[in-house]
Amino acid sequence: MAILRLEGISKRFGSLLANDAISLSLERGEVLALLGENGAGKTTLMNILFGHYLADSGSIEVDGQALAPGATSAAIAAGIGMVHQHFTLAENLSVLDNIMLGTESLFAWRSNRRQARRRLLELAGRFAMQVVPDRMVADLSVGERQRVEILKVLFHDARILILDEPTAVLTPQEVEQLFATLSSMVEDGLSIIFISHKLHEILSISDRVVVLRRGAVVAETATADADRHSLAEMMVGRKVTRPTVQHLPPGDVVLEFDRVGVHARHGGGIALAELNLRVHANEIIGLAGVAGNGQLSLGKLLSGLLTPDSGRLKFCGTALQHFSPRRFIELGIGRIPEDRQVTGVVGDMNVWENAISEKLREVPFWRMRWLIDFKACRAYTRKLLEQFDVRCRSMEIPAKQLSGGNMQKLILARTLENKPKFIFANQPVRGLDEGAIAAVHENLLAAKRAGAGILLVSEDLDELFALADRIAVIYQGRISDSLAVQDLNFRDIGVMMAGDLGHARNLTADAPA
Amino acid sequence: MMDLLDLLIGAGFWAATLRIACPLILGTLGELICERAGVLNLGIEGIMSFGAMAGWMWVFQGGDLWTGLLFAAMTGALFGLLHSVLVVHLGLSQHVSGIGITMLASALGFFIFRMLLPASSTPPKITPFQPVQIPLLSDLPFLGEALFRHTPATYCILLSVPVVMYLLYRTPLGLAIRMAGENPMAVEAQGINVLTIRTLAVMTGSALMAMAGAYLTMSAFDAFYFGMINGRGWICIALVIFASWRPGRALLGALLFAGLDALQVRAQQLGISVIPYQFFLMLPYIISIAALILMSGKARYPQALLAPFRRGERN
Amino acid sequence: MRLEARENTPLWLILLAPALAVLAALVLASGLIVWTGEPVLKAYGFLFNGAFGSRFALSETLARATPLMLTGLAAAVAFRARFWNIGGEGQLYCGALAATWLGTGLVDLSPALMIPLLFLAGALAGGLALLVPVLLKTRLKVDEVVTTLLLNFVILLFVNYLLEGPLKDPMSLGWPQAAPIIDNGLLPKLLPRTRLHAGFIVALVSATLVWLLMRYTVWGYEIRAVGLNPQAAAFAGIHINWTVLRVALLSGGLAGFAGITEVAGLKGYLTLDLSPGFGYAGIAVAMLANLHPLGVIASAIFLAGIYVGADSMSRGVNIPTYIADIIVATSVLAVLVSLMLTHYRVRLR
Repeated sequence: MAILRLEGISKRFGSLLANDAISLSLERGEVLALLGENGAGKTTLMNILFGHYLADSGSIEVDGQALAPGATSAAIAAGIGMVHQHFTLAENLSVLDNIMLGTESLFAWRSNRRQARRRLLELAGRFAMQVVPDRMVADLSVGERQRVEILKVLFHDARILILDEPTAVLTPQEVEQLFATLSSMVEDGLSIIFISHKLHEILSISDRVVVLRRGAVVAETATADADRHSLAEMMVGRKVTRPTVQHLPPGDVVLEFDRVGVHARHGGGIALAELNLRVHANEIIGLAGVAGNGQLSLGKLLSGLLTPDSGRLKFCGTALQHFSPRRFIELGIGRIPEDRQVTGVVGDMNVWENAISEKLREVPFWRMRWLIDFKACRAYTRKLLEQFDVRCRSMEIPAKQLSGGNMQKLILARTLENKPKFIFANQPVRGLDEGAIAAVHENLLAAKRAGAGILLVSEDLDELFALADRIAVIYQGRISDSLAVQDLNFRDIGVMMAGDLGHARNLTADAPA
Repeated sequence: MMDLLDLLIGAGFWAATLRIACPLILGTLGELICERAGVLNLGIEGIMSFGAMAGWMWVFQGGDLWTGLLFAAMTGALFGLLHSVLVVHLGLSQHVSGIGITMLASALGFFIFRMLLPASSTPPKITPFQPVQIPLLSDLPFLGEALFRHTPATYCILLSVPVVMYLLYRTPLGLAIRMAGENPMAVEAQGINVLTIRTLAVMTGSALMAMAGAYLTMSAFDAFYFGMINGRGWICIALVIFASWRPGRALLGALLFAGLDALQVRAQQLGISVIPYQFFLMLPYIISIAALILMSGKARYPQALLAPFRRGERN
Repeated sequence: MRLEARENTPLWLILLAPALAVLAALVLASGLIVWTGEPVLKAYGFLFNGAFGSRFALSETLARATPLMLTGLAAAVAFRARFWNIGGEGQLYCGALAATWLGTGLVDLSPALMIPLLFLAGALAGGLALLVPVLLKTRLKVDEVVTTLLLNFVILLFVNYLLEGPLKDPMSLGWPQAAPIIDNGLLPKLLPRTRLHAGFIVALVSATLVWLLMRYTVWGYEIRAVGLNPQAAAFAGIHINWTVLRVALLSGGLAGFAGITEVAGLKGYLTLDLSPGFGYAGIAVAMLANLHPLGVIASAIFLAGIYVGADSMSRGVNIPTYIADIIVATSVLAVLVSLMLTHYRVRLR
């Protein structure tokens, strides 16, 4: 008997049809995977189920009872629990506080903390999860925070669990642990909807897969009957061809970390210690690692926002003395930031103003050192938009109106136009659709062919293996040796991502001389 | 130096400290509740001014003191509602709305006062809250005068500290308020309406602010005059940061500040000053700035302070 | 109720928004006028006449608009960079102090030199007044709203002390005021038998220069970028702290200018009531102009009209002058809403 049934759910946002008459059902004790690219409508659908959004049409039934639409409290009361992709935890409050929210009536005079604490510890024990109720969330690691999120949902007596991209922030080993927990929950009678775009995970955990594309259900299959290729094809609708890497002989060293160390900064990243890494021209070095292991500090360092506390960073042979974004731009270090909307563009400024943001202090973009030359700016932008196929209605619209893909292409355009010798690409394709991803990758490979050395930070192992010549792993602020991609596989990377950086040395020791 | 020590030993000094601290305590608690929910309320100066006028005028027109306090609270809540509509529901600039409300509330208060009481040479007075004599305790040496001969309003304000603490830390509603200021998405994810919580918090906080102003005209003094708030509202804003958004520390901060203020007043009266009196009057403001400097580095701001929450906008 | 972003905003809508806000404020205030028992239209007639109805009225309004334009510019420039300078009042008095120090006999030059010197000194003094708050913000992350606000009180008390002490004019018959500015330092009158002085021209020129700066220079671009998205601005190589520092000096300097125009133009000497809240009103001016330097000219004249007109109105009908502040404050709140409506459409669910 289906515990959950969605019938004909549709939702439109302005001109965008996010969900197109979607129908699906979930059986008791089943793990259903919801697969689709970014923008396929998975999260919208789950938000409708959970009551954050109101569907334009369609109905939802839980255990045969109709579910009141648009009301999160109704969904929670019906036993639906959602673990969001972006954690909904308050850092300045304790684990117990975070979990207790919403469990008692707001009109109650007293919060029964003792009872809640007891119940929490009992729940945690039942599913073999470690938790310390009075710790501040700010002090927890990412994996621990996710556990709190799951406990939060269980605390509300959820029978249907929705997990939205839960493994984005976990090491392969932590993922296994999560899957073990999920299995025990299923044995306990819970039903799970698992949203992901990671094919290998879906294949390992789910019973059935529903594939969404452009807001509609395009396929449904038992997991046993599917494999990576069939799923990828269903997800994208065509044979997936991402550009593949051609290895070139590496040129001179463009960027060298020489025992670089950075202290932990208040509110911005853990410490980096003894970083030794070399990036050559004509080479892409991929940096794998679970989020929260120093990528933030590294990103700030390579953007010029931090000065190392020890060691030296050398660009094309000379040690860098002055660390500021302006200096890095002058030297010809290209940077693609992790979060294009927060760091990459000023959303309220228009397209051409963002295109020349790094070049504004150069002739011909300014005259007499302080007047803007509008004509030169616009001409330059026009050239950029054409060359890199950035689609926008006009140069004068605010940059925030660009789609994710076009915004990223704009950032890439202004960075690559300068023919930088070194490029730091931080999660360059996060949140983009397949078409944009292919375009970004093509551009990076073209830059590499033209002589640039690229350090590519990515959470997507598929991307790293497809693009990089060598891969290194970052863990707790340390970077492993880099290894040729031919000598590696996912498991090795997983081992290193979980902490055993020295594993790299084992591999090189084993490799044929 | 000896004069200074004499000052500190006198019970009258401590009594004065408590009196001076009361509007600061309540005002700070009011602002603290707003900010804990994620909303900066720069209207505090104006709301205190209006509250001072409203409570006083209620009594002047024949009402009794307690209902006067309630009336003042209601007017504060109304201004809080206005601020909420603008910044919580419409997501407009919290800075500008607050300053606008300060201007509006002050001017409206003066306007109404002037309408109901044409200018006269002798400012009209009411009979304010009288100090109560608590049997036994009021007769204690030193402590008697310092602590146990205050007006009922003073005791209410002191009581409000543990009440607010209980509200914030021991009730589900308080948890929801604190969450709304840290991660509003989390609140929304539990099916609780963030906008409602924030509006409630801002209205409550504003009600407290208005009562803080009313304390000045109904307990500390007995008349209303223009400019009597004199920056106390802004000092409360500094005190909230100094208190790291915790009610207990707010009490301590207000007492510390009031103590220094009382010291300065006494010092002037006793002619200790070789320094012109204006410099003594500057002390409260300079100390507030110093307090801010001290705490700013370590302050753990409510993470969602100043960030408007828009439903349906995903991060 | 939901807000839906507009794709583009026509210019006429942006210009209409403040006007609508003002209209709304006048309508709301008329409710209070009804309470006073006075006829509304007659009262507003007095207001308008008192502001613009005669040569003298107009000169009074423009004279009052002069410092408002400058403090309005000060606020607009600062707010553009999201630097909440609420200290315009104090910075104005700092400028006035500088003029008093230099211009009451310390230095004597020809007017062509003296007047620019006074303005320069005023700008420096005003800028310095903001130095502490801005350094506290950039170095120690201390919120500038409270520091600039509290400094106002400190500066005013300091001026109070000076006027009762070292700067007191022995010839002032006991009133706390400073010695008059020497003749060479006084700003010439623009219209005989009125109080309108050359400071008005200075204010107009300042507004134009600030507009040119914001629109056509790299510095203007950087200020806007820092105000709109400081993280992206830093990433693109803009030096945040330097930009904020320069904005603060400019903002304080403009407010300092306002002090000069009042001391050396309108009054001729420094008193404690030199500014009836021009610094705070400047914030209203800036908001009504949507932070646009040229818009500041219009909104300053409007606000000045309200204040001057209200004074005149209170002589004709029995309405307390606080109505002016009420109208201004309501306009500020209303313009927040109307400006939002230019960017969003409201959809009732």
